[in-house]
Amino acid sequence: MPQIFHHSTNFLAKLSIFGAIFILIAATWVVAEINRSSWNTGQWVERQQPVQFSHKHHSGDDGIDCRYCHTSVETSSSAGMPPTKTCMNCHSQIWADSPYLAPVRESWRTGKPIEWVRVHDLPDYVYFNHSIHVKKGVGCSTCHGNVAQMPVVYQASSLQMEWCLQCHRNPEQFVRPEAEIYNMEWIPPANQEEAGAQLLKTYHIQPPNILTSCSTCHR
Amino acid sequence: MEHPHQEERVHATEPVVEPGYTFSSVTDKISSIVLRRRTPLWWFAGFAVAFVLAQVLLLSITYLVFTGIGIFGTNVPVGWAMPIINFVWWIGIGHAGTLISAILLLLRQEWRTSINRFAEAMTLFAVACAGIYPVFHLGRPWLAYWLFPYPNTMNIWPQFRSPLMWDVFAVSTYGTVSALFWFIGLIPDFATLRDRARSRPFQWIYGMLAMGWRGSARHWARYEMAYLLLAGLATPLVLSVHTIVSFDFAIGIIPGWHATIFPPYFVAGAIYAGFAMVLLLTIPLRKLYGLEGFITDRHIDNMAKVMLATGLIVLYGYMMEAFFGYYSANQYESYMIHNRQFGPYWYYYWALIFCNGFTPQLLWFKFFRKNTVILWFIAVVVSIGMWLERFVIVITSLHRDFLPSSWGMYQPTIWDWSMFLGTLGLFFSLLFLFIRFLPMISIFEMRTILPQAEIEEEAA
Repeated sequence: MPQIFHHSTNFLAKLSIFGAIFILIAATWVVAEINRSSWNTGQWVERQQPVQFSHKHHSGDDGIDCRYCHTSVETSSSAGMPPTKTCMNCHSQIWADSPYLAPVRESWRTGKPIEWVRVHDLPDYVYFNHSIHVKKGVGCSTCHGNVAQMPVVYQASSLQMEWCLQCHRNPEQFVRPEAEIYNMEWIPPANQEEAGAQLLKTYHIQPPNILTSCSTCHR
Repeated sequence: MEHPHQEERVHATEPVVEPGYTFSSVTDKISSIVLRRRTPLWWFAGFAVAFVLAQVLLLSITYLVFTGIGIFGTNVPVGWAMPIINFVWWIGIGHAGTLISAILLLLRQEWRTSINRFAEAMTLFAVACAGIYPVFHLGRPWLAYWLFPYPNTMNIWPQFRSPLMWDVFAVSTYGTVSALFWFIGLIPDFATLRDRARSRPFQWIYGMLAMGWRGSARHWARYEMAYLLLAGLATPLVLSVHTIVSFDFAIGIIPGWHATIFPPYFVAGAIYAGFAMVLLLTIPLRKLYGLEGFITDRHIDNMAKVMLATGLIVLYGYMMEAFFGYYSANQYESYMIHNRQFGPYWYYYWALIFCNGFTPQLLWFKFFRKNTVILWFIAVVVSIGMWLERFVIVITSLHRDFLPSSWGMYQPTIWDWSMFLGTLGLFFSLLFLFIRFLPMISIFEMRTILPQAEIEEEAA
């Protein structure tokens, strides 16, 4: 009776075993990478807005404080989007004829709000409160990046739960003095660990078991 | 010399294979079932029915996923119903396979040889059917993978204190080990089929599955050791898997669930139901394929005895449940057992006692163990009875518990039944495929128990 399998099958048999192990490991790695990629999280993606609003110009060049527009960031869960009226405070006079600002004037005339595209969009089963973070020493740039250098806003963080938890477990690595909250250029000092630990006491920041309990965010 | 028990002793040493078989005639007989060209007509008829029912399962699951679990009769006091009943029922059925293949191997019971392959296949297919329910009784089955502990972007791990979590491990390990055990057992037989197949494609398929088995002494020595080790692993597994399934209930605080007797009593019930299913399937199959020479009356008799033994443990469980219900002096416990016996589901309870408590008592008599027709009906009754047992445990404990304001009733819907029928269809579809394409009796193990294999011992 002739041989059923050609001699080369020996190689195929070995290849299939090693190949299976390799493919399994590679597949696991690929899935983990895809989950964390900006394709999945939307990180680093510059969103086109109805008006080409530049944070770099308003905040970076003009030096307008964050709270001038995002008024409720210290008091409300939502930092708030400025209404058209805030724009018109200046732009009724400055660049009043610019075609660039036509949608703003259109909104002012008709009373129809500008339809900004939301860049940081958490799912609705997450309750996020801006005011508590701002009051407890988390600066804007820790989460949003250096917005003062962004011509178009993109999401600087993944906003994935593991990203939230790394701070809720070790807030001392991220908190800063009250005076530096709105400072976009702030970088952690060399003694951040000690300074941060001191700030935890100053701010009365709760221990990780409370900060990471489900009801903190998923209410 | 007259001995009062002479007849009994002759019976005990009755060979497990009918005399007259040789290595080649055993191999011919079993492998021809697989390798012959013509498929019997009844196979097509049976497979067609099973396959249609398997489509009912797919249809039900599709409708379920798109509509939601509200299509089941499950309600608020009775949050677990037919899906869980059927899950436990199927898992239980699988256990006889492992008992036959592993525990009886450790106990060196020769009579396991001609039924172990078949029973292992039954285990696998029953676990496949059971595995459907834990996923699809979930409201959001597409998130079932959250039950696995894998590193994820949420930094969330499963709750290792929940027996439902343990179920995931128990059932997936059980499925994997059973599949491995079954496959390893098949390797020498694949080699036989490879050598006997006449067409090239089948030589390739069986050749690949045999993985180059040549049957050298070195192969066999390692093979036996690996097989024995796996049997040693599978034995605690089979006991722990159904124990874990019983923890699903026993961990709860519900009267009727929170009972420490559950682990052994569930395991006994599983073996009881499993042996009923093995009998249910082997009795017609050995007739259809003319395998009475391999699956002899002694096998049937032994299986019936195991069924009787485990049936008595189960009956003991029912009696202890009732006894402790009243002995506890706890109003909820005593109400629970009173409700089972005289409440709105009284007919389920008494049907259960009839099916599982009284019917197997017939097995004390040799007449019923020998008469395969009656035995087949007893196996059917026991299978129904074991389904009723899970119904009584799950439903009657839930529908009336601590607060009378949350008392309810449970009525299965057509989708509850279609899922169940569908899994029966899946089970039998797989079983029909198995008996057509794989040797349902272990050829190489049969060869070892033939008188021909004992020549060496006689010479020594």
